[in-house]
Amino acid sequence: MSKQRIVVVGNGMVGHHYVETLAATDLDVEITVLGGETRPAYDRVHLSEVFDGKKPEELSMTTREHYKSLGITAHFGDPVTAINRDSKTVTTELGRTFVYDKLIMATGSYAFVPPIPGKDAKHCLTYRTIDDLGEIKASAKGVKKGVVVGGGLLGLECANALQNLGLESHVVEFAPALMGVQLDEGGSKMLRRKIEGLGVHIHTGKATSEIVEGDEHRLRMNFADGEHLETDLIVFSAGIRPYDQLARDAGLEVGERGGIVIDYHCRTTDSDIYAVGECATLGNFIYGLVAPGYRMAEAAVSQLTEEKVSFAGADMSTKLKLLGVEVGSVGDAHGRTEGAQCYSYCDENAEVYKSIVVSKDNTKLLGAVLVGDTSEYDTLLQYMLNEIDLPESPEAFILPSVEGAAPALGADALPDSAMVCSCYAVTKGDLCNAVQEGAHTMGAIKEVTSASTGCGGCAALAKQVMDSELLKLGVEVNNDICEHFAHTRQELVDIVRSTKIKTFDEMLEKHGKGHGCEICKPTIGSILASYWNEYVLKEEHIALQDTNDIFLGNMQKDGTYSVVPRVQGGEITPEKLIVLGEVAKEFDLYTKITGGQRIDLFGAQLHELPTIWQKLIDAGFETGHAYGKSLRTAKSCVGSTWCRYGVDDSVGLAINLENRYKGLRTPHKFKLGVSGCTRECAEAQSKDIGVIATETGWNLYVCGNGGMRPRHADLFASDLDEKTLVKYIDRFLMFYIRTADRLQRTSVWLENLEGGLDYLKAVVIDDSLNIGSELEGEMAINIENYQCEWKTTIDNDERLKRFNHFINSPETDNSLRYVKERGQRRPAREDESEDVIRLVS
Amino acid sequence: MIEDVIVDDWVKVCETSDLIPGTGVAVALGKEQVAVFKLRKDEAVYAISNYDPIGKANVLSRGITGSVGDKIVVSSPLYKQHFDLKTGECLEDEDASVKTYAVRVHEGGIQLQYNS
Ligand code: SRM
Ligand SMILES: Cc1cc2nc3c(=O)[nH]c(=O)nc-3n(C[C@H](O)[C@H](O)[C@H](O)COP(=O)(O)OP(=O)(O)OC[C@H]3O[C@@H](n4cnc5c(N)ncnc54)[C@H](O)[C@@H]3O)c2cc1C
Ligand code: SF4
Ligand code: FES
Repeated sequence: MSKQRIVVVGNGMVGHHYVETLAATDLDVEITVLGGETRPAYDRVHLSEVFDGKKPEELSMTTREHYKSLGITAHFGDPVTAINRDSKTVTTELGRTFVYDKLIMATGSYAFVPPIPGKDAKHCLTYRTIDDLGEIKASAKGVKKGVVVGGGLLGLECANALQNLGLESHVVEFAPALMGVQLDEGGSKMLRRKIEGLGVHIHTGKATSEIVEGDEHRLRMNFADGEHLETDLIVFSAGIRPYDQLARDAGLEVGERGGIVIDYHCRTTDSDIYAVGECATLGNFIYGLVAPGYRMAEAAVSQLTEEKVSFAGADMSTKLKLLGVEVGSVGDAHGRTEGAQCYSYCDENAEVYKSIVVSKDNTKLLGAVLVGDTSEYDTLLQYMLNEIDLPESPEAFILPSVEGAAPALGADALPDSAMVCSCYAVTKGDLCNAVQEGAHTMGAIKEVTSASTGCGGCAALAKQVMDSELLKLGVEVNNDICEHFAHTRQELVDIVRSTKIKTFDEMLEKHGKGHGCEICKPTIGSILASYWNEYVLKEEHIALQDTNDIFLGNMQKDGTYSVVPRVQGGEITPEKLIVLGEVAKEFDLYTKITGGQRIDLFGAQLHELPTIWQKLIDAGFETGHAYGKSLRTAKSCVGSTWCRYGVDDSVGLAINLENRYKGLRTPHKFKLGVSGCTRECAEAQSKDIGVIATETGWNLYVCGNGGMRPRHADLFASDLDEKTLVKYIDRFLMFYIRTADRLQRTSVWLENLEGGLDYLKAVVIDDSLNIGSELEGEMAINIENYQCEWKTTIDNDERLKRFNHFINSPETDNSLRYVKERGQRRPAREDESEDVIRLVS
Repeated sequence: MIEDVIVDDWVKVCETSDLIPGTGVAVALGKEQVAVFKLRKDEAVYAISNYDPIGKANVLSRGITGSVGDKIVVSSPLYKQHFDLKTGECLEDEDASVKTYAVRVHEGGIQLQYNS
């Protein structure tokens, strides 16, 4: 018997998944793919990321070469125009004909454009494909304003895209509410409030009667209520319509609202033709999400095998971020189930709305809506999908978590059948199996199960499952800081605090073994400094310090050091600038403005450091702690002092904060930023602690990070006066010192903190652990004991002895070699032998 | 160069009190640079070359001392590799091992042996 010929029409996300799934079976088939678009399948779900800078190529899910290597024939950019069921062939626009034994329709859908007069004018566009993106970008060039017709999920995403393109963006929605399909009234209202806060203009309850030429902008939309809106471009996003014309023409049955009718086996009314994805309809429902499409594709493939899987519908819950606003919708969000009851919680101050729908007898979760904070999404989804019995007071899920809140559903409580990754249909059981078979990292889990490689929404839960399974297997997740102390950093902190130990030796004797190392010594040195803040170069502490702390400078690649004096808030007088210049000149130091708004002088030798610092201290400088795990800088913008937009004195506040926290030893370095208005020129939201002035007080942001893995800071509290602000920061920092891991920036710390931001707020703002005054007291000790370590060192002859290359000779390191570049000296590379300068002492 | 006090071929390089327990100092021994360490717990003294062959700079005396298993080590301040203070062996990269020197505490001073 000759091979079965399978022809797949449409190469979108679902069509592609069908092909991949089929190719992975051992069926002996001949596959032909006919794609209407000019490119092979790509990730439509992440289309909008192209507006954030992603390249269209990065979205691609496969390549022509890959198909070729699987032995698949594929043609792109040549849509199918007819199905001939008698001859079992399809014909394309270019006149090609293909014979099939089984035909798979995966033609997806297109953006619906309402029949408004003028809808075909230039600059009236849709948003569905990569080509559409190009057109929207081209149309937006050089103009100011754009309108999206449709306030559903895709419409809002499109409004975001227009904003990213720099347009003033408007959403015109016919219905009275946004995202009416997924959200209830309260959720929809909150979403609107938040989105308007981001500068998107929302017009609901507006029916467009015609589109005509505009006066000030290219186009003008006239509404049925007599009002109008001018705009430079319009993107229609008023819903989707399945591409079912081919099927209609071929006499297949289509649904009332369009879509090729299928049965549980994804078969159409012709048993040799299947339909999958957004072009198909089951029970008059079109599944407009990718996960159900994938399930259909798998079901359709299985019909060719022994084991026949059916598709009986799918869960349409979604969690997403629209314009940075978190939105989640679970199950029966509108409470349409009979007897359903609803709990809701709305906090207009924090702009959070949550509601849950439960069964008549209050025991099962039916649905939920989350706007502004979706942290409970995973938990709620699992309760709904697995019909887990609700706790006694289900409202605890949505009430702000203070004490006694419902615990997040631990991975352990889930049944093995619980679907963890809905994109790839990976259950908890699948994950556990993978762990048992040796996948012990998230990387391995992804490779083996594909979990978390789609939309990524399941990553946190998948990791929890992995960790808990690892624990069960006895694969110990060892958190000891090193071989010398069988303790975590947090335990060491508790020991120091409770036993008032003041030296490393005592610590090692009572709680450790061996001689210590480059991990435990600085860690314990830092903890001791955080609580007792003694001079770091005291005899008993000196050996604990990294070289940078011992010599109060950062060691450079050739063993010389950098000199970074503190420039609070980045503000500096001309006199001080001149001194820096003079010192740099005298010692021939390479000079650079740092990323932290101060000046770094590089290339100082050990013996030069004390003289350099003497001069700087005489001129009023202090050490900048560029070497310590401690406060680096408080970056500021010029603020109300000069800036025409400044609403408060950001420089003044930055200086106060920098002076307050300078010298504080922390688990890792930390940085502050203060901006004088929302334009945020100090980039405070990328700092561990960021403060932004508003008309009504300071807004405090926490746990931002630049560096290796940037993290946007979270808004922690708003409209604070300076006193409250300082109180919160005191508590925040001391709590960080108490509980963070070594070398853990605040960003990573927060991400690992059980209970997350809400918990942190409860501890710092509501003082839920009743340790507020203790934390403030610990900070007070630090502030009281502050000293400029360079000043103390210069006054200490014993310490100064160490600032020589040799202890037994005045000679200096004869291996130092430099060359001049752009007018300054820098270390010579090994291959450089010409014009090398050697320093003579 | 300070006057070398030669006793046999042992050279006094510094006072014992110059060495703070747990830290190192660099000393000049003729043309060579030597890193001398005193451990904290047992007060033993060690000497190895001051040159870090991986970071390619004379910095080993400025590293943190400690132990890895029962080996006594210093960790380079540049890229943190460990050097065994007794044998000079680099624990991360055998080929990067460094020279060791005979060292002793004698009459209140630290002495190194020439040509050791
Ligand atoms: C000098 C400077 C670069 C410059 O020429 O501008 C610099 C230089 C160094 N940075 Fe930085 N960073 C400098 C600003 C920054 C910034 C920008 C900022 O602060 O606004 C960042 C990103 C912001 C942030 O931290 O979130 C930054 C993120 C890092 C990181 C990554 C930290 C992270 O959490 O991902 C490291 C590595 C680390 O700390 O483990 C690092 C480490 C270093 C070290 C200490 C690397 C090292 O061990 O030798 C460099 C030594 C400085 C020296 O010898 O004095 N540096 N570094 C900047 C000094 C600022 C200052 O005035 O103190
Ligand atoms: C901007 C945007 C954001 C989205 N976000 C999400 C999200 O967050 N989560 C989610 O689950 N879903 C999301 N979706 C929906 C998701 O993209 C679709 O559910 C999914 O792409 C459906 O796959 P499909 O293969 O059925 O259709 P498509 O991906 O549309 O593919 C159909 C393909 O068939 C081709 N075709 C049509 N007619 C013919 C013909 N006659 N001959 C040959 N080829 C033909 C089309 O050109 C197209 O390439 C989003 C969609 C968009 C547009
Ligand atoms: S980015 Fe890298 S190279 Fe540049 S200063 Fe920071 S740490 Fe050094
Ligand atoms: S749920 Fe989308 S990747 Fe797992």
